[in-house]
Amino acid sequence: MVMLADEGTAGTPLVSPKSGGMWRYILVRFFLIIPTVIIVVTVVFFLTRFTGDPITASLGGRLPPDQLAERIAAAGYDRPVIVQYLEYLSGVFRGDFGTTITDNRPVGVILLTYGSATLELAFYALIVALAVGIPLGLIAAAKRDRVPDAFLRMGAILFYATPIFFVAIVLKLIFSVWLGWLPVAGRASTRTELLLQRVENPTGVYLIDAIRLGSPAAISDVLWHAVLPGLALGLLTAGIFLRLVRTNVIGTLGAQYVTSARSRGVNEYRLITKHAYRPALIPIITVMGLQIALLLSGAVLTEKSFEWKGIGFMLSEYIKARDFIAVQGIIIMVAIIVAFTNFLVDIIAAMIDPRVRY
Amino acid sequence: MSDENPTPQATDAVAPASPATTAISPRKVPLLDRIPVISHFRQSVGLQRGMLVFGLVLSTAFIIVALFAQWIAPYSWAQRSVDGQDFGTQQPPNPLNIWGTTVSGFDVYSRVIWGAQTAFFAIVCAVLFSIFLGIFLGLVSGYFGGWLDRILVVIADAIYALPSLLLAIVLAIAISGGQSSLWSGILSTSLAITVVFVPQYFRVIRAEVVRVKAEPFVESARVIGVPTHRILTRHVLRNSTRSIPVIVTLNASEALLTLAGLGFLGFGIEATAAAEWGYDLGRSVADVSSGIWWTAIPPGVAIVLVVLGITLVGESINDLSDPRLRRRRRAGGAA
Repeated sequence: MVMLADEGTAGTPLVSPKSGGMWRYILVRFFLIIPTVIIVVTVVFFLTRFTGDPITASLGGRLPPDQLAERIAAAGYDRPVIVQYLEYLSGVFRGDFGTTITDNRPVGVILLTYGSATLELAFYALIVALAVGIPLGLIAAAKRDRVPDAFLRMGAILFYATPIFFVAIVLKLIFSVWLGWLPVAGRASTRTELLLQRVENPTGVYLIDAIRLGSPAAISDVLWHAVLPGLALGLLTAGIFLRLVRTNVIGTLGAQYVTSARSRGVNEYRLITKHAYRPALIPIITVMGLQIALLLSGAVLTEKSFEWKGIGFMLSEYIKARDFIAVQGIIIMVAIIVAFTNFLVDIIAAMIDPRVRY
Repeated sequence: MSDENPTPQATDAVAPASPATTAISPRKVPLLDRIPVISHFRQSVGLQRGMLVFGLVLSTAFIIVALFAQWIAPYSWAQRSVDGQDFGTQQPPNPLNIWGTTVSGFDVYSRVIWGAQTAFFAIVCAVLFSIFLGIFLGLVSGYFGGWLDRILVVIADAIYALPSLLLAIVLAIAISGGQSSLWSGILSTSLAITVVFVPQYFRVIRAEVVRVKAEPFVESARVIGVPTHRILTRHVLRNSTRSIPVIVTLNASEALLTLAGLGFLGFGIEATAAAEWGYDLGRSVADVSSGIWWTAIPPGVAIVLVVLGITLVGESINDLSDPRLRRRRRAGGAA
């Protein structure tokens, strides 16, 4: 949708559905990812090099100048920037995102090691967002411009207005520090973490590992740790979903077929949940897909607030260490993930919407 | 839900009839109805007006505090003692420091007041930069089309794929190496926010321009030989800016959230150079675990109130410009 909506004058897709069907659409849409990746790599690469070579940025002042120069030469950062750029770009297409300066790890390995934690967090957040956002959005649409709607909309705006890390801080303060119900930070207690290390071929998703381990104590510990981070990230997204569902359902509620269904005596509950909600789903799904970018931004801040050791947490650690190669690699990787998600969302939207399918 | 009397709800929407005519003959509309916020206020009723007024009050309070911080704040943002008496670090609220002190021994209340100024300048710079750049690019790209248009659209879409906070991080690295004084900090943050937002303005303006340039009046202007720059500014731009007030408010609040996010991650403005709410919140995460709430709550509430105020104004304008709330409303408005 993002790629295509602007091409036509009134939001008509670039690839006309008539000109070759679904497969052609998928193919063209897939190849549109490539310029996106190239542009992202170019922008991020040159911007991070703007201030000088990454070794000086990271270790400057801590090493004597001759050693610094030696390291710069060894890593190839004394060559022309354009050569380094082309090398990096071709590396990205082979899956090589560079090697961190501070702990000398390939960025791809960081994704594999910590990606599962971020995925797990995003999953919890999505569940919270769907479970809270969609029903409340339907209620707000049904009671439009009346008291429940006003309250829900104010709530949604309030959640949007609150920075995610402040939500995190407040939740922590109330539920962990004052009430002592939930753990302050981390993905599991030390005991559980040790227990989970015994799992063969760990998925890295603690919940799955704990279930495979078959230990109820480990499962509840993992879930207990997930409550606050999942809520913090999920409520932000829930606010957006609420507004989205409300707007779109109000739109379809005004449609003539809804009025005619109402005149046939279909009751209001069924009218909202079936007649108005189903067709409203298409724009909702598209925009939900686009929220992935926001969810990942939010994940960085949530992970830092809760010391949830995922990609976002690592990113903030590398930022602190001024390891700009790691920062550059992680950001490019995230952008590629977002680009692919948008591609999938477009394809799903095309499959759901009959106007695109044929 | 099912107990409601099934009256068609779309018809009782707040839809004052008068503004529909404004688009046709702009010259005859009184001045008051042409200024965005005021005209919206005059159209509003009931709940809608309440939301708008509440938002306006919060926003005005924010601007007043920001502009007069010097006289409102009892101390400077980086002051550790007064009259030879040290504040002490992490002190709970007391008569000397009404909201307590931070881990570095700064007065929380003063830092919150001064933080409004930093936030205000950052928002104003960011919105101004992105409006001018975004409108210019959108206008040129949409009106002339061709290869420039293609390239700009692809670039804008690619930048859109980057989560805004991550892009802002990259720009903060590029502009200031990650640390900065007050003005270079504000400048780098606002430039970072600008680059994030320009694609959004660009897309909206471009779509409108593409629509408007096909209108007969543009064609007639071209036929009678009106110079291109005049067509652009007078005929096309004037008719393409209707969604700008909404985007401005959305972006103003996003600008503040991005500034705070950068500060939270330690990428903002140095604590001694200026007060910044996000930075203070970042420092307070460690305090919270030991039950120290006064360093976290005030800057956080300040952010919430300002974003809430701006967003309420934007939401109200959005709903009022489009009473029936069709899908034209930017569904991912909070993205």
